[in-house]
Amino acid sequence: MSDHHHHHHDDDPVREHDRPLSGPALRVKALESLLVEKGLVDPKTLDELIDTYETKVGPRNGARVVARAWIDPDYKKRLLADGGAVIAELGYVGRGEDIVVLVNTPKVRNIVVCTLCSCYPWPVLGLPPVWYKSAPYRSRAVIDPRGVLKELGNEVPDDVEVRVWDSTAELRYLVLPERPAGTEGWSEDELAAIVTRDSMIGVVQVTVPAGRK
Amino acid sequence: MNGVHDMGGMHGMGPVEIERNEPVFHSKWEARVFALTVAAAFLRRWNIDMGRHSRERMPPAEYLAATYYERWLFGLQKLLVEEGLVTAGELETAHAESKVDDARTLRAADVANYLRHRVRTRVEADVRPRFRPGDRVIARNTHPTGHTRLPRYARGRRGVIDRDHGVFIFPDTNAMSRNRKPQHLYTVRFAARELWGSDASARDSVYVNLWDDHLDPA
Repeated sequence: MSDHHHHHHDDDPVREHDRPLSGPALRVKALESLLVEKGLVDPKTLDELIDTYETKVGPRNGARVVARAWIDPDYKKRLLADGGAVIAELGYVGRGEDIVVLVNTPKVRNIVVCTLCSCYPWPVLGLPPVWYKSAPYRSRAVIDPRGVLKELGNEVPDDVEVRVWDSTAELRYLVLPERPAGTEGWSEDELAAIVTRDSMIGVVQVTVPAGRK
Repeated sequence: MNGVHDMGGMHGMGPVEIERNEPVFHSKWEARVFALTVAAAFLRRWNIDMGRHSRERMPPAEYLAATYYERWLFGLQKLLVEEGLVTAGELETAHAESKVDDARTLRAADVANYLRHRVRTRVEADVRPRFRPGDRVIARNTHPTGHTRLPRYARGRRGVIDRDHGVFIFPDTNAMSRNRKPQHLYTVRFAARELWGSDASARDSVYVNLWDDHLDPA
């Protein structure tokens, strides 16, 4: 699928100056200059929006929530009862703020997809990765979740239930993965460091990096 | 609409490939079209559901061939023209024929506040729920030509109300006529076998967010 094709060369910082822009890069540049000329957008605003999602809002937010839920049973209880409000206590608010937290257990695996487009919990995970928005994932996650998980190295035993959550509303899902064995006594920061974006979408599990075992 | 964007259950799309150390944007133009779309939404000439529908209206062969942010570019250009913020001629030449005088342009200093206080789709309205958790329901077998959040694979299928999330704007009408039509939003659990037949695991389920207008009692 062409969801995977990206035009890296269009924006190579060195080459961009000595080769003409092509395709969408050219059209976006023209559109921006038009909208600025019309007084509809401010280029500094665009810079600020981009910086927000490149450097401030991303999966480290979600990892913080997961790590805290792992070490604080009361926090976890509140998080499951009212995900959005409890996540907002850490300042993670904004678009997609109605968040439902789904708990993985030894007997239940949750995975999240948006078959229609790209609904995703922005305040805790930032903007979705290409694979999440791609036709392969959107088409297959609902009909063959076990096949997708197996391909990603996360085979689900027959006696474990798979719950697929098709996110089609302004209500977003965050998976609370299982805490891996061997992390007893770790601090919240240490735990947050091993929680990955993909584990909070539910397609992989959290593991202890080889160097930490 | 029965479009190619409604992909759940389709075959032949290939393997899921996760990119290691993926950047937030893969090129400068992706970042710019993302930011242009968010900044243009601030002008309040369209709602988020109209935004989604604009991308679904990309011709199907183009939609499948396009990258994600190419679809955003298509949708943004469509809405700008349809809602009268720019003319087709201006898009063509990339030069303004006139300025928009009364535009409430989003300023950089207001970005953080804007992102914290976006228009919410949850509505504080006293609307009675048609269903309770545990109720058996059937998703309507309906094929609207406009926007809908009822995926094709769930239509006509039987499920159980898993939870009631309260009252939300109804995207299907909000996208087409700005009719917010507030109603209860549920998560409905469908057994994998109800959706996909006996080859699916008997243990597994698909949970779908659906509104009152998508459901009938089963």
